[in-house]
Amino acid sequence: MKLEDYELGGTPLRSSDIKKGNVLTTSWEPNLAYAWDDGVAIGRYLAELKNGRIIGRTCYKCNRIMIPPRMFCELCFRPSDEWVYCKDTGIVNTFSICHINWDASRRGPNEPPLIPAVIEIDGASKGMGILHMLSEVDPDDIKVGLKVKAVWKNPGERTGSITDILYFKPLRAPTKRAKATKKRAKATRKRK
Amino acid sequence: MGYRKVAIVGAGITKFVRRAQETAKELAWQATKMALDSCELTLDDVDCVTLGTAPDAFDGVHMKGEYLADGAGAFRKPYMRHYVGGGTGIFSPIHGWFHVASGMADICLVVTEEKMSSCYPHPQGAFITIFDHTTEQPLKPTLIWIFALEMNRYMSTYGISKRDIALVSVKNKKNALDHPSAQLGGEITVDDVLNSEVLAWPVNRLDVSPASDGAAAIVLASERVARRLTDKPVWIDGVGFSLDTAYWATRDLCYPTYVENAARMAYDMAGITEPHKEIHVAEPYDPFDYKELHHMEGLMLCPKGEAARMTADGVTQRDGNLPTCPSGGALGVGNPIAATGLMKIIEIFLQLRGDAGKRQVPGKPRCGLAQAWGDLMQVGTVVVMRI
Repeated sequence: MKLEDYELGGTPLRSSDIKKGNVLTTSWEPNLAYAWDDGVAIGRYLAELKNGRIIGRTCYKCNRIMIPPRMFCELCFRPSDEWVYCKDTGIVNTFSICHINWDASRRGPNEPPLIPAVIEIDGASKGMGILHMLSEVDPDDIKVGLKVKAVWKNPGERTGSITDILYFKPLRAPTKRAKATKKRAKATRKRK
Repeated sequence: MGYRKVAIVGAGITKFVRRAQETAKELAWQATKMALDSCELTLDDVDCVTLGTAPDAFDGVHMKGEYLADGAGAFRKPYMRHYVGGGTGIFSPIHGWFHVASGMADICLVVTEEKMSSCYPHPQGAFITIFDHTTEQPLKPTLIWIFALEMNRYMSTYGISKRDIALVSVKNKKNALDHPSAQLGGEITVDDVLNSEVLAWPVNRLDVSPASDGAAAIVLASERVARRLTDKPVWIDGVGFSLDTAYWATRDLCYPTYVENAARMAYDMAGITEPHKEIHVAEPYDPFDYKELHHMEGLMLCPKGEAARMTADGVTQRDGNLPTCPSGGALGVGNPIAATGLMKIIEIFLQLRGDAGKRQVPGKPRCGLAQAWGDLMQVGTVVVMRI
């Protein structure tokens, strides 16, 4: 059989076909509300975020300190053992500079790009990261391996949510030398 | 092992389009009917039906399996739906394979369908619910993030440039010009990719496959039946699937270990020990251009970090040593999630039979592979086929 020998189905429409009413459509906007229970492990995680701390959980068998914490180790398949506080600093494992919102709409000209990153939390096992945002940093200064520190909401404003950390920012301001290198690189790019 | 040989004997597919006038059921019917016609069977000959389709949120229809059942030819037959995100389309033939290999059925219809356009204006919004509702969703993530984050980690680890990666998009969109179902075939250049809109650096618009509507179907048969139906059955010689942890931020993002696990399972079953020599044509999943490279490495078709160089050297072109995505892939033909994987299976089916027309790779390939990937960057599904 060859695909070329068949009349294939699938009739393409354009957005304008819908707007002009060339085809009939029925639409619905669901209004669904959910309240997700925090659970045992994540409940404690959120409570500690409210206190301005990041907490993990250990497994004595595989010797991991796990972030986010969990009440069972999914590798050893046994109960996890102890709560441990991690630091609120970490290392950028990877990052993106994002110009769209969650629903694929474009960010406005005056809105800065979002900088999501995977941050390996200091004090957790190597490679254990969480998804969070970077800010107070020039996108050009971000590198994989950059050391960062959490910037917290004021204690009175925290609600026990991952957003109690506003974002992560570089642990140190860029050194004079790094600034000079960046300036030179920019100048070279312009010449090209 | 104690299972029967299973062959693909027929195939059907619709065009892949951004928005189809047909309903999901109608698309499923078109592909299913074409698959049955291609091997001169009727619905009465079919023992059971399996259906692959991705999130119900795209359609706004709950119990999509049941909704699609009549289009898939499933009424009054044993029928099961399966779903592993983007990996669904390659899991579909695996699911059908179980029914025939076990002796439960002699003929199994495998149907995949996706209509993403119902979620309006863009299905991207439906993806937010795949992230953890407590620890990630409040950050308002988009699906593009996980690709951008993974792509950056991959580039940083091996020192690969966006220019190297863009070559995949150029190749696949060009290949798609020869595919009758294609939505986004075209002659583009590396600079077109690099100059297209930046969505989430390092991901530009032309690095990404489109949202699509479409359906695909195949007919599986046991050895005894297959040899009666066609003189060119294509055998499913190896199947593999593997799932990694949903704590995706705690995982090595530059290498898809779960794809390697799935590939090893399929290779062991097919008796393949040197995949880069024994696989003649490959259809790895390419929803983003870097994913093709990522997956070639996970499939052990090349050493880690070497896929970009192989692409630059032309090895993965249709006339190269290892033609990769000769169909045009998700980047070119389109990406109606579950149907994309089965489109890739159909491409290998046609390539091995020598029926791929203008897309035919030279050298009479005898062994091919299709792979898909999905969920929260955590599932690998692999099928090895021989003629």
